[in-house]
Amino acid sequence: MDLLLPLIPLFPLGGVLFIGFASRQLGEDAHLPAIVAVLMSFLASCAVFAKVWGGAELSADLFPWIVAGSFQTSIYLVADRLTAVMLMVVTGISTLIHIYSVGYMHGDPRYPRFFAYLNFFVFSMTMLVLAGNYLLLFVFWEAVGLASYLLIGFWFERDSAANAGKKAFIVNRVGDFGFSLALMLLFVNLGTLNIAEIGALQSRLPLAMATAIPLLLFVGATGKSAQVPLYIWLPDAMEGPTPVSALIHAATMVTAGVYMMVRSAPLFLGSAVAMQTVAVIGCATALLAATIGLVQNDIKKVLAYSTVSQLGYMVLGVGVGAFGAAMFHLVTHAFFKACLFLGAGSVIHAMHEEQDIRQMGGLRRYLPQTSLTFLVASFALAGVPPFAGFWSKDEILGAALHGGHTLLFVVGLFTAFLTAFYTFRLYFLTFEGELRARNAHPHESPATMTTPLLVLGTLALIGGFFNVPGFLEGAHAAGGHAELGAGHEGGMSHNALLLLSAAVSLSGVWLAHATYRKRDGVPRDALYERFARFHRVLLNKWYVDEIYEWLVVQPVMRGSRLLLRVLDKGLIDGAVNGLARLVGNIGGAMSVEQSGRIPTYILSMAIGVVATLAYVLVGGGS
Amino acid sequence: MQNFPILSALIVLPMIGGIATLALSALPNLARRVALGATWVTGLLVLAAYAAFPVGSPGFHLVEQAAWIPQWGVGYHVGVDGMSMIMMLLTGLITPLAMHASKSMIRDRVPEFYAFLLFLEAALLGVFIALDLVLFYVFWEIMLVPMALLIGIWGGEARIYAAVKFFLFTMVGSLFMLVAIVALTVMHAQATGHFTTDLPELLAWGVPAGAQGWLFAAFFVAFAIKVPVVPFHTWLPDAHVQAPTAGSVMLAGVLLKMGTYGFVRFLLPLFPAATTAFAPFGMLLGVIGIVYGALLALAQDDLKKLVAYSSISHLGFVVLGIFALNQQSVSGAILQMVNHGISTGALFLMVGMVYERLHTRDLGAMGGLAGVVPLLAFYLLVVTLSSIGLPWLNGFVGEFLILVGAMRTSPLFAVIGTSGVVLSAVYMLRMYQRAMLGPVRHEHLRKTKELLGREGWILAPLLVLMFWIGIYPSPFVNLIQTTTDEVIMAVEQPVALSFNGEGGQPWGR
Repeated sequence: MDLLLPLIPLFPLGGVLFIGFASRQLGEDAHLPAIVAVLMSFLASCAVFAKVWGGAELSADLFPWIVAGSFQTSIYLVADRLTAVMLMVVTGISTLIHIYSVGYMHGDPRYPRFFAYLNFFVFSMTMLVLAGNYLLLFVFWEAVGLASYLLIGFWFERDSAANAGKKAFIVNRVGDFGFSLALMLLFVNLGTLNIAEIGALQSRLPLAMATAIPLLLFVGATGKSAQVPLYIWLPDAMEGPTPVSALIHAATMVTAGVYMMVRSAPLFLGSAVAMQTVAVIGCATALLAATIGLVQNDIKKVLAYSTVSQLGYMVLGVGVGAFGAAMFHLVTHAFFKACLFLGAGSVIHAMHEEQDIRQMGGLRRYLPQTSLTFLVASFALAGVPPFAGFWSKDEILGAALHGGHTLLFVVGLFTAFLTAFYTFRLYFLTFEGELRARNAHPHESPATMTTPLLVLGTLALIGGFFNVPGFLEGAHAAGGHAELGAGHEGGMSHNALLLLSAAVSLSGVWLAHATYRKRDGVPRDALYERFARFHRVLLNKWYVDEIYEWLVVQPVMRGSRLLLRVLDKGLIDGAVNGLARLVGNIGGAMSVEQSGRIPTYILSMAIGVVATLAYVLVGGGS
Repeated sequence: MQNFPILSALIVLPMIGGIATLALSALPNLARRVALGATWVTGLLVLAAYAAFPVGSPGFHLVEQAAWIPQWGVGYHVGVDGMSMIMMLLTGLITPLAMHASKSMIRDRVPEFYAFLLFLEAALLGVFIALDLVLFYVFWEIMLVPMALLIGIWGGEARIYAAVKFFLFTMVGSLFMLVAIVALTVMHAQATGHFTTDLPELLAWGVPAGAQGWLFAAFFVAFAIKVPVVPFHTWLPDAHVQAPTAGSVMLAGVLLKMGTYGFVRFLLPLFPAATTAFAPFGMLLGVIGIVYGALLALAQDDLKKLVAYSSISHLGFVVLGIFALNQQSVSGAILQMVNHGISTGALFLMVGMVYERLHTRDLGAMGGLAGVVPLLAFYLLVVTLSSIGLPWLNGFVGEFLILVGAMRTSPLFAVIGTSGVVLSAVYMLRMYQRAMLGPVRHEHLRKTKELLGREGWILAPLLVLMFWIGIYPSPFVNLIQTTTDEVIMAVEQPVALSFNGEGGQPWGR
């Protein structure tokens, strides 16, 4: 029983309750308890990190939760190295974003509520990470979904925000449909939901289950971690305030699916079919989202599609068995993507809520700190050495190649080129050239906002030198990391691969530079003019939303109305009313002195029916 | 206190309260207070019964028994087990809340209104403690009268149609049950030489497998109409829409559970062979209810109708759980009865509060209220999420246990049932968005009054229970456990017997 573990989520939970009950008194000071809570949580996480450094495992069994017959679960927390890495990322970045939000959300009428929601998210996310059984993991998986719903729809007066929140919740529910079925099957087949026990019992699963369960878990991950075909909610989620986009919809919550799969490594490794599916879906997501990201004009939308794409890389890493590399990319991505989103927030702040990059340009002169950190993080995202993203992406691509997934490797490499291109298209259009908006007066953001940017920018620079895979391979819980290092002597030497991927990234940056680095006016989209029709398809996001609307939403809505009209009101109720009328008419014909009081009438009829039926039943039954 | 007939007192007290309330019809205010006092004392008495109840010990407790019509074998026999206890606790809580919520809504014939609610409470408590089939039947029928009158007198425009429909549906079902009770008694008499309608005696005797089929069918129809199981459900939306708030709250909060209670109390243990044979169809009806109710809820523009159809969906889960026939599913089903009472009861209370403010239930006429009345929006959000089955609120625990249990019995039905969890998010969040989010769509909505302290207090106990059951369900599950154990044992035993050649084909005659 390690009491340090429950402390990590308890601080932010305390923050939620405190702000919730004292919001009126706190007013514009509501950030204070929130920041203190998450900072304490971060310090506790550091302590946990130090404790598991040597490979120890901590656990805390708090109280029995759902117990019914043989079904027994408790509030059971565990921490190993994998947990510790996630905890550091979650609480660390949360702390920075809480501080950033002080500046960003200043003056919002629902300021206290925002910080209460943020603390609620940190509470749920740390619990998710600490969960020692699948049910607990699942329920906090849903809880972070609720936090996401509330924060996407934080400005609920806008229809678009309310719609986006609802869409996120429902699409995630579809994913959770798979996740919860996996839980049920695990319990039915193995009699436990304890993650460690399940890892040990995996070989006892019958073949069909050994395939179905990881696939169903993956369905859950496609929702939370925005993979094909359920990624559609994440771009819309940008309706939320930008700190939320950075924290929940880029750095932490959306990686929960990846974390869950790494946690479940023994289950995934038990099925080649599942692994292959995961790898292909991850790779497809990376490519699809990158193509859409090429043409978006909303600064947050570009970043959102890039998040989907990068999550695809992580999932690809899981699929090729490179669990350590997937986690590595999760960590570096958290650094540079949080930095990019917060930078975007700083830009939006400076431009007075303008998000269209066609209106921007030349902002480097007005926002020196923002633009510098944005540039560093862009290099990291583009995968240019020695920035963080280069090393982790390279690990994943290397594992794909050495695992014999040549096609996936090639697609991944091509996506890396696209990534470098759209990232620097974004950078050049925003920060270089001349300011295109007429009456904008951009100004650098306050220190509460730039300080977190500088910290994250530094991490985006050096994060690639954290040896996350090496650290995790020592851990037992995540299993399967042994696969990671294997086969590095395959077709290409490691150094050659490093050079190749660096060259690909740099050529993407160079192409963006050649196209968009213009001193004056709006840069001409020469490339897009040549591919106008394709450009329109990409701009409309391959029409995926429309296809869903046409294939799923409309049929369900129309079907339900049809059901109501034809079956419920027409057939069933029609039959009932018809019968009633018929009985009424017969009754009226038979009884001249009908009292008109239905109860009396029914009662007399009842007695007759009872007598008859009783006679028939008893007479014939014995 | 040892020999105090606490269960009888639970029936008598609200009845006396009701008569006293009627007697005070000249003084409506005083009458209302007397009624409230009576129902709160009844609630406390339920708590006292709970305190005296030995949780975890099998069998019936606090038993009282007396001869009633000895020549027919009809006795006054009452007693409670865990399931009865938890249903009584629910009744004892929901009734006073329904009364408090009526203060500003019911303006005419006040004493009668409160008296009927008390009579209804007495009948409901009677249903949940009766251990004699005839006694049960009597309470079951008595319940009908005050409920129909509540709809018929204080209801909306089409109240007469709704009341008669409600009355007729239930009545038809009851007839089947009455016939089956008579048949059962006669059969028992032919086999043993004496008449009885006593449940434990009939259970000890064991209904011959060959006769179980038709008796099962008769009881099933009676209970299924009450639940309601699709396609016997069309009385429910009409009854809900027309009923006054208190009526809807009682209907959804407690009344519907009489059907599922009947399944577990009578249908399963009395006719185990037939139950086993019918179980797949029962599960099928359950999942049909889940999906059908959810789809129709999606098509509604009327707030109250939407909640009514969501009830059908939620009770589909209960039916699925009962007929999946294992530890998890049946425990989950009983817990889900309570959960549905709490969540849907709270939803109807809130629908009433919204209606009082806007004088409409049309979702198209709402929008953006969360900015105008944040507290009301917050309460509605919690209740909505509880209804969706979000973890850490009550609905999740019951639904999950049901589905885990169903997965053990039939993966196909478990998968279809789980899709109901997705659909519930769709229709409930859509409802919440249309009512509360987006821009304020009509100017007059800006003047909507915030949730009153009084209204907050009415909802508070239900919200506390939502969190309590969601976070720490053990006390509730423990209470139910013994009932589940006994029902499962009762159903499984005859199956074992039939392997020895003693059972028969339940449907063959």
